[in-house]
Amino acid sequence: MSTAKEIVSFRNVAKKYRGGSVGVENINVTIKEGEFVCFIGTSGSGKTTTMRMINRMIDPSKGKITFKGHNIRHYDPVRLRRTIGYVIQNNGLMPHMTIQENITLVPKLLKWPQEKMDKKAHELIKLADLPESYLDRYPAELSGGQQQRIGVVRALAADQDLILMDEPFGALDPITRDDLQELIKHLQEELGKTIVFVTHDMDEALKLATHIVIMDSGHVIQDDTPDNILQHPANDFVKDLLGEERLLQAQQNTLSVSDIMSTNPAKITLGKSLAEAIRTMSLRHVDYLLVTDDDNKLKGYIDLETINERYSKDASVSDIYNCTRMKFRKDSYLRDTSEKILKQGYKYVPIVDKDNYLIGTVTRASLVNIIYDAIWGKEELDNPDEIKLPASIAKGSDKS
Amino acid sequence: MINFLNQHGSELIIKTWEQIYISALALFLGILVAVPLGIILTRYEKTAKYVMSISSMLQTIPSLALLTLMIPIFGIGKLPSIVALFIYSLLPILRNTYIGMNKVNKNLIDAAKGLGMTTAQSIFKVEIPMAMPIIMAGVRLSAVYVISWSTLASYIGAGGLGDFIFNGLNLYNPALIIGGTIPVSILAILTDYLLGKFEKKVTPVTKSGVKK
Repeated sequence: MSTAKEIVSFRNVAKKYRGGSVGVENINVTIKEGEFVCFIGTSGSGKTTTMRMINRMIDPSKGKITFKGHNIRHYDPVRLRRTIGYVIQNNGLMPHMTIQENITLVPKLLKWPQEKMDKKAHELIKLADLPESYLDRYPAELSGGQQQRIGVVRALAADQDLILMDEPFGALDPITRDDLQELIKHLQEELGKTIVFVTHDMDEALKLATHIVIMDSGHVIQDDTPDNILQHPANDFVKDLLGEERLLQAQQNTLSVSDIMSTNPAKITLGKSLAEAIRTMSLRHVDYLLVTDDDNKLKGYIDLETINERYSKDASVSDIYNCTRMKFRKDSYLRDTSEKILKQGYKYVPIVDKDNYLIGTVTRASLVNIIYDAIWGKEELDNPDEIKLPASIAKGSDKS
Repeated sequence: MINFLNQHGSELIIKTWEQIYISALALFLGILVAVPLGIILTRYEKTAKYVMSISSMLQTIPSLALLTLMIPIFGIGKLPSIVALFIYSLLPILRNTYIGMNKVNKNLIDAAKGLGMTTAQSIFKVEIPMAMPIIMAGVRLSAVYVISWSTLASYIGAGGLGDFIFNGLNLYNPALIIGGTIPVSILAILTDYLLGKFEKKVTPVTKSGVKK
């Protein structure tokens, strides 16, 4: 989608209201075709204002907005709005019109022939996953979720490619909301519609968006993909908005192994004697040692069991060490590695850099701690020993 | 009763017609002015306040006084009475239209605009249908007022059923008073009933299976 054409762009857009209060300021956002853009922020952040400027419900006081390459000021506002879908929170269905009349409201304004409108209505009611008999009903006879389904498909009736949605699911219960989220995700992914979605619900934004614009008091704070926002929150405001829990979860997904590894692994060089190996083990309270050559390149490991079986006074580490079963590069993601470690029962995995130099280990215990944090949060852990780890996570996220 | 009808029958029909004529014309003019004005006022909040208070003020002038005030301007007869009654009919219609239009769900107006309706389309296809029950309530109220007050119009020579009542008062003839009052009441009730029917007809359907 990165090669997609831009469909809407904001260039230095500002809106000042009469009396001097600032709506939004210095907005520079580019929306590409096929994107699912979420504007998110607290109330009064200017997210709705920004969205409503696209179809000229609000005119900017400064700056330029383009739609399909043309300045929107050059469009007639009424005609512009008919080419852009619009969905609002409380569905905005006309109570005195049947569902069919509601769906074909824009086509009727565009003076489509009746047969074409009938066809469209039947096509869209199917898309909304509602029985065709509903076309003759009135909005009041449908449930809230069904009404909003109609509200959503109505925005497509005149084949609009761009759909604006202003907190469309704010008033719905969670289950209905999930259904509708799937419906609009389908519109974006399978019908290729571009969707601009205003919400204050971060879960919703992260679930749906391919592009998130975070706004606060009229400014764009961060404008990026959901992954990048989770990995690199621009500031504390974004972190607060995301919430600690999501950040932790995201870190589990985006932390690399080097962020949590211990950099002081129990190791021994090839030339050392087994006696020395045993001494090192007992000093470090471990039952294994990583084996490296003199340049600190990883060769393998030895464990107590092997030494026990094959011990002889003259043997050196190089005689009995095992080749490494598993190792990770330091930049591999935890999400890819943790499962392997946990499921396959390794107690530790050596971490190497790109030239196979040993730089650390990740132990099973440290992984388990991260998962605890992600699932139950920090508060649950009152053991001070375990709290050490989240600190290392925080350090890790600063580094990245 | 039969005696009364024998004596005044034809006169009664003429007077009733006069009554209907005066009040219908006043009410019609009232609707013609107050409904559009009420709609326009919803677009100008500040002006609306002044217009509303002026029209409330007009309403406080005693009806008899307003009727006589018309004499220096329009002389006597039907014209001054129609003008005076028209002024009376304004307020309930104006206020109800204004309130009705203002009470239309802002979401609907936003949706209408956002979907690409022009202002006129939004007003005629969405706002007026939605405000219709409240506008009609104002019209019904005005209609009943105007019909009963138009009896006073006979005082400035407009004719109508008021002639019976005033004659009856002057001649101490209760039959004349009652003979004038009953038709006025019937007229008012009948009008209210018919307007109620009309209201149902113009109120948009929002449920299927309800016949117009």
